Amino acid sequence: MSDLLISNVRLLDPATGLDEPGALLIRDGRIADFGRFAPPENIPTFDGQNAALCPGLVDLRARLGEPGFEYRETIESAAQAAAAGGITTLAALPDSAPAIDDPALVHLLRARGAQTGNLTIHPYGALTRGCRGTDMAELFLLHEAGAVAFTDGSRALANARLLRLALSYTKSFGARIVQHPEEPTLAEAGCATEGELATRLGLPAIPAAAEAIQVARDIALAELTGGAIHFSPVSTAAALALIRDAKQRGVNVTCDTAPPYFDLNETAIGDYRTYAKLTPPLRRDADRQATAAALADGTIDAIVSDHTPLDADDKRLPFAQANAGGTGLATLLGVTLAQYHGGHLTLLQALALLTEKPARLLDLAAGRLVRGAQADCCLFHPDRIWQVQSGKLPGKAQNTPFDGRALEGRVTATFKAGKQVFG
Amino acid sequence: MPHARHLLAIEGMHPPEITELLDVAEAYALLNRSGKAPRDLLRGKTLINLFFEDSTRTRTSFELAGKRLGADVINMAVSASSVSKGETLLDTASTLNAMQCDLLAVRHAQSGAPALLAQKVDASVINAGDGTHEHPTQALLDALTIRRRKGGLENITVAICGDIAHSRVARSNIFALTALGARVRLIGPPTLIPAEIEQLGVTVFHTMEQGLPGTDIVMMLRLQKERMTSGLVPSAREFFRRYGLDHARLALAKPDALVMHPGPMNRGVEIDSAVADDPQRSLIREQVEMGVAVRMAVLDLLSRSHTRNV
Repeated sequence: MSDLLISNVRLLDPATGLDEPGALLIRDGRIADFGRFAPPENIPTFDGQNAALCPGLVDLRARLGEPGFEYRETIESAAQAAAAGGITTLAALPDSAPAIDDPALVHLLRARGAQTGNLTIHPYGALTRGCRGTDMAELFLLHEAGAVAFTDGSRALANARLLRLALSYTKSFGARIVQHPEEPTLAEAGCATEGELATRLGLPAIPAAAEAIQVARDIALAELTGGAIHFSPVSTAAALALIRDAKQRGVNVTCDTAPPYFDLNETAIGDYRTYAKLTPPLRRDADRQATAAALADGTIDAIVSDHTPLDADDKRLPFAQANAGGTGLATLLGVTLAQYHGGHLTLLQALALLTEKPARLLDLAAGRLVRGAQADCCLFHPDRIWQVQSGKLPGKAQNTPFDGRALEGRVTATFKAGKQVFG
Repeated sequence: MPHARHLLAIEGMHPPEITELLDVAEAYALLNRSGKAPRDLLRGKTLINLFFEDSTRTRTSFELAGKRLGADVINMAVSASSVSKGETLLDTASTLNAMQCDLLAVRHAQSGAPALLAQKVDASVINAGDGTHEHPTQALLDALTIRRRKGGLENITVAICGDIAHSRVARSNIFALTALGARVRLIGPPTLIPAEIEQLGVTVFHTMEQGLPGTDIVMMLRLQKERMTSGLVPSAREFFRRYGLDHARLALAKPDALVMHPGPMNRGVEIDSAVADDPQRSLIREQVEMGVAVRMAVLDLLSRSHTRNV
């Protein structure tokens, strides 16, 4: 099977703090050795040319287009985009059509991921049937089938009683509930953050407090039940302060954010740019800065792509009618590394948020360099410059909010189970 | 304006551009009264009024403006049904390009829709009102009406009253009036004042008693019935009690203060009939007259600056 020596690399593993030059040896698709060792003779060798080699990235929040929206993205095309972004493990949101609320659909998605050969797909289970927010899905059966956690995707579960029950119930088998942090009645019909810009553009707006209100309520429910809650993606200073405080009190709460929330602010929607219409909406710069600071201080547990593939017809509409969401697989590493280049995170801190930390959060066997583990690796040049261009991104969907953004840090090769799947 | 291809918003226009437009419009106002408007100016040009929302007043005004200058004028009322059949705004753009239209006046319920259309059509696009964003020709006709009556806009105090949050008229007027040196006050309940609108250079008041003293112009806005059902205002009579304009309230403003309304009025909700119909105080009729003149000026200037690509 796949035996390969990846030589001349800077080995980086946030889980152990490893940062040293060396090589990595793959035998039968697994990591046989890494660091400084005498390489075996007659083995196929990939010259890393002094690039950085880290564990394959782990993305906790992405949509795949399948099932139901194949015109936007397919698992095949998402897997290509993931490979180009250095992502080898991904958790897929369940708000597809149909929603992933049946164990058979969990099995299907896992199998389809394995078929690509590029990507391990860990499906989320729907928290409620059809992600409609009214009846609890068969959470244990979904869990047994391999659902890694439960969520209704970008719809917050509004019903406090139902969330309380779900938090208590899932506690009995150690599963986590992932909540979209947006109070639905305040967010209803809104498409931009409330403030001067939305007022000028005449857009229905959502107050930033809608996030803190949902987070505050759900932290209280997690405390009441002892259940585990995860907020995804978080984008405001107020919500992050609540989460920081709850963590200090020992509440079982975690959160993630996505690159747009620490790299862009609301001005990106400028003259009704629908590619920058996201949910939650882009915030003002003070919230962006607070989000970036929460990456550094450990309040945020992971950076997710929040990949939401949409096609031109979903976006070429008046702003309020356009679908919310942006692609994120191919730009996840590059935009995250901007925090490293800006001096806000060390390289290992930045990578930890994309590898070991998200893997640990959902207890996934990924995101670390471990002898004997599946050889999922990402080879990248931290300083290589490229420009994000909608229309030229890997995969099918092109709706990036980062169109035109120059990035430092480019994936040059991705290895899945020892096989080179990109580069 | 001579270099602009579209008229999408007042925001971003320079004061001299606005003034030039008003000057041309004022000339058309005089020509209209004497019946001497140049009837061949836009001969051979096509103006399409593309209205995705019901409107009688604005559509008729554009139609009359186009016809007075000799343009071929087509009214396209796009009903909700054809939108629900799946035709997108951009399908409409492509249809219009094939029809080789020169000027396009667009009204749409969504903020930013005319700007989106302008990216895709060959014609000059005039925003005839988009969602809660802007209604540029309304602000221009309001500015012209005030200028004619008060001799200018410098240091004139204008109070815009009522449902600011859902008003494209208010936004365009704020940008136009402040650009021309007027002082703008907004008066309305906090539920109908959008967030951080003070950043646009206006002063906000929540009662007529505080906001009206010292004003030269009282501009009332229409309060739509759905605002009552959505909880923004408890009832029409409560709104009228606090913000309705009658002669007693008007007496709080300057003695020579004049009243404006973009129409259509809700008599007894935001304005009392006795005020609306008072020829000494109400400019509502004159606003309609200036509307035609302003739209003639806009059509004239845009067609000077832009020749359709063929």
